[in-house]
Order: sequence, then C-alpha cells, then structure tokens
Amino acid sequence: MSAASVVRLEGVTKTFPHGNVTALEGIDLELTEGEFVSLIGPSGCGKSTLLRVVGDLVEPTRGAISVNGKSARQAREDGDYGIVFQSAVLFDWRTVAKNIALPLEMLGWDRERRRARVEEMLELVELTAFADHHPWQLSGGMQQRVAIARALAFEPALLLMDEPFGALDEMTRERMNLELLSLWEKTGNTVIFVTHSISEAVFLSTRVVVMSPRPGRIAGMVDIDLPTPRTAETRETARFFELVTEVRELLRSRGEHLLPEEEAVLE
Amino acid sequence: MSSTAAATLPGRRIIPAPIAAALGRAALVVAVLVAMVGFWELYHWIWTSTGWSWPFVVNDTSMPHVWTIVKAFEQPAQVNQPALITVLLHKTLFTAKEAAAGFAVGAVIGFALGAVLVHSRLLQRGLLPYIVGSQTVPILAIAPMVVVWVNPKLPGPLQGWGAVAVIATYLTFFPVAINTLRGLQSADPRAIELMRTYAASRWAVLWKLRFPASLPYVFSALRLAATASVVGAIIGELPTGLQDGLGGAIINFNQYYSIEPQELWATNVIAALLGIVFFVIVVLAEKLIVRRAPERIR
Repeated sequence: MSAASVVRLEGVTKTFPHGNVTALEGIDLELTEGEFVSLIGPSGCGKSTLLRVVGDLVEPTRGAISVNGKSARQAREDGDYGIVFQSAVLFDWRTVAKNIALPLEMLGWDRERRRARVEEMLELVELTAFADHHPWQLSGGMQQRVAIARALAFEPALLLMDEPFGALDEMTRERMNLELLSLWEKTGNTVIFVTHSISEAVFLSTRVVVMSPRPGRIAGMVDIDLPTPRTAETRETARFFELVTEVRELLRSRGEHLLPEEEAVLE
Repeated sequence: MSSTAAATLPGRRIIPAPIAAALGRAALVVAVLVAMVGFWELYHWIWTSTGWSWPFVVNDTSMPHVWTIVKAFEQPAQVNQPALITVLLHKTLFTAKEAAAGFAVGAVIGFALGAVLVHSRLLQRGLLPYIVGSQTVPILAIAPMVVVWVNPKLPGPLQGWGAVAVIATYLTFFPVAINTLRGLQSADPRAIELMRTYAASRWAVLWKLRFPASLPYVFSALRLAATASVVGAIIGELPTGLQDGLGGAIINFNQYYSIEPQELWATNVIAALLGIVFFVIVVLAEKLIVRRAPERIR
C-alpha cells in the first residue's frame, strides 16, 4: 500500500457485560491517509461502538488497534483525532468562538494563537459573523458547523464523525454534505463517518463499509469511484444509483438478522 | 409581554424594549401590592361589620389597618426614641450583616460539599442521609446550643452576631450542597466524552464543564438560600437575646402586641423586605453571570 496507514484494526471484538451483548466481532479494517470511510448498517450493528473503539472511548474486549502507529489510548492523549457527535454538544455558556477554542485551551495554546486559529476556523465554516453568538442562537446546521470547526481546530489528522447530520432535515443535510466534502478536500483529513443513510455514505465516501448486526461484523466493502469534486449533480448520475444499489443489496443480503423496523430504516 | 407592545407605536419605539419590560414588571408588582392591601382592608371591613368570628375575631388588634401600620413607621416606638423606621433600619442592617455572612459562608461550604460529594459515590451514600437529617432538626432546638458552643470561641468583633451567622449558615448550606451536587452531575455525558477526547484531567472537566453546567442549579439554590439566611438570622437572634437585630425587635414588640400591634406588623414588613432584597441581589447576580438558553416555554 502506497499511502500511510492511519487506523488499523485487527480482530477487534467488543462484548458488553450487560446482557452479554456482542457489539463487535472480529473486525479487521485498515484506513490509509486521506481516506473518507463511511460505516453503515442498521441500529445495533456496532458502528458507533467501532468509532468509539478507534477513539479510545470504549475499550475492546479483544483485538488490536493502532492509530497513527500508536495505541488508541496514546493517540487520544496526543490529540490525534477530532470528534463530532450527532448532537453538536456545544457549551451553552461559551460563545461560538470560545466553543471552537475549547480544544486549543486544553492543549495549552496561548490567547493570541487561539484567537488567530479560531478566526481561521470561523472563516472555514463561514460563521465569522456569528463568533460572539451563543449556541442557542444558531440553527441546528450552524451548530453542527461549529462542532466541526471545533473538531478540526487543532488540525488532527483523523476526524471521527458519529451520525453528525442525523438530526438535521434532508435539505440542510445535503447542504452540509457538500460543505463537509469541500472541507475535506481542503484539509485532507482521514475521516471515519458513521451514518444510517445509504445515499449520504455513497455521496461522501471513498469507501463504504457495510456492517451487519448481532454480532456486529463487516458484511462487505464498496469502493466509491465517483469522480471528484462531487456536486449536487453527482447524486443524479447513473453511477451514483448503481453504487447506492450495491450498498443496499449488501445490507439486504445480511438482512436475515434484521427486525422489520430495521428493514424499514434501510429503505 | 404586552407591555413591550404597548410602548411601541408602528415603526416608532418610544421607550427601549428592556426598559419597557422592566417598567411593565414593576407596574405588575405594584398592582399586586395594591390588590393585597385592598383585600386586607376589605376582609377587615366585612368581618368587623358582620361580626363574623370564624376563623378568628377581626378587630384593630388582630388586623390593624394598613394606614396604622404605615403610620407606625414615623412614630417613635418608645418615648424619647427616634422614629420606628430609623430604629428598624438600624436593626435591619444588623440582621442583614448576620444573614449576609451566614449566606456567604453557607454558600461556600455547600458548594464545596457538593463538589466533594460528586466525586465519590461512597461519600454520597454515607453523608447524604446526615446532611438531609441536619435540616429536619428544628433550628430553634439547635440555636441555643450553637450560641453556647460557638460564642465563647469567637473573637471580640464577632461576639454575639457571629453565632447568629452560624445559624444562618446552617440553613444556607443545605440547598446549595444538594443543588451543586445535582448541577455538577447535570453535564451532558456526550460533553464529558468530548472532554475525554481532549485527554482532559479531572480538574479540567470540573472547571471547564461540570462547574459552568452546574451554575443554573447552584443559582436556584442560592435564591432559596438567600431568603433562608434571613429567616435563619432572625430566628438565630431569638435565643441569643441579642437586641440589635430584627429578631430582638420581634420578641420585644410581641410583648406589647395587645396594645400596639402595628409595631410588630411594621417589623414583619421590614423583615419581608429584607428577604426580598437578598433574593433580588441573587437574581441580578445570576443574570450577570449565567449565560444560558432562555427558557423555551413561557
């Protein structure tokens, strides 16, 4: 492989003691630098758990993980990744600018350096005019942009995103997808993106990892060879539909485990 | 509020909106006061003119007229003394000093206790029952003991009123401790996870996340504590025999109630005002300090 390996998982298994649930079983996955990988699957397939294992927020029962050639814990302590959750998780008592500065404060940056970087980040997510607003004064989409700016502020090589646009309406979501792609093209981050939405996964990714539930396993992978830069029109191309269908069928083929309501989620 | 609308003509604002809103609220408070005075006098008039005696006989002793109470302020309570209002204001300052000291110490102790308890489930289980229990003991039962234990150990300038402040502390620390604990636990688990991704120390999580998240809880406790500290100070004065505060005045005027009831009522009004002032100070401090989403449901 030519590009450097950023994340490597080998035989990762996670069993939760409560009810003896096997969330993940024998996950092997490698991400190289600059990849945009989506994890998709029905609820309970362990995709969020997998993301948390990479972020050292959940400890695996078995298996090995390396992030940037280090243990997951070391990578977390070194600030090697930024994370974005489904809700923006902004601090109400901080302004937009101060929210973005939070990780920089934790890293001990001085005030002047923080101010300069926050300004850059505000420009990047086009929220300069809202620097002094408080989170509750922003729309859901804007809040999520602040969360992304916060995650990217200290220039981590790796970006972990756990259904970041899941709570947004369809229109906002599609716009955010475009914005995220243009950000990714600028920063060249490696991204792990958890989602429920097949079209979102196909549109954003260089590779889609399809997972099946109980226990959470990798059911298959689809390389996304859509041309870049991707635009709103990309969603209307024949190749896009083919790839969406391919992912959907992979999800279906492992669908014998699915409950009816989970089947519905995939539609 | 409609008051904002009332101050605004189409396209032209006469009074700035925040001031209009404040005026509207002040007008409401005055209106309620007028209504209460009206109700008091109406009740007095109906019960005296009909001679009803349930639940109690109404006369100028059991329910002195509002104007009698107001007039009492400008007359001396005893011969050769300044007007009652002057005497009461001095006593109010004394009680306010006790209450403020008790409030400050109680708030600090309560906050520290909450901050310690949030880090140890074991301590929570062990100590919380006793902290709750401390508040079920009637303050009148422990006040004399506090005076006996504390007063001799106090340095000169604190003698007397210092013991009363301790009693005010006793009433203050409890709501603050309970709400601080609750508030420090109220931080969004996702936000705690976020801090973990920054490899934040326990101290950083406490200072940057748990503490600011707890402030709305802490302040609602401080509002309760503000009035409780005034009550604590007044009650604390009763067993100490201190004559310098409102508690002393209440005991004193209580003895002359059958002759001059308006003086006790006047003292009660002042005590209530003191509680309101304490409350308002806390509310103003909260407005300055706490930045949070305005309540969505009005």
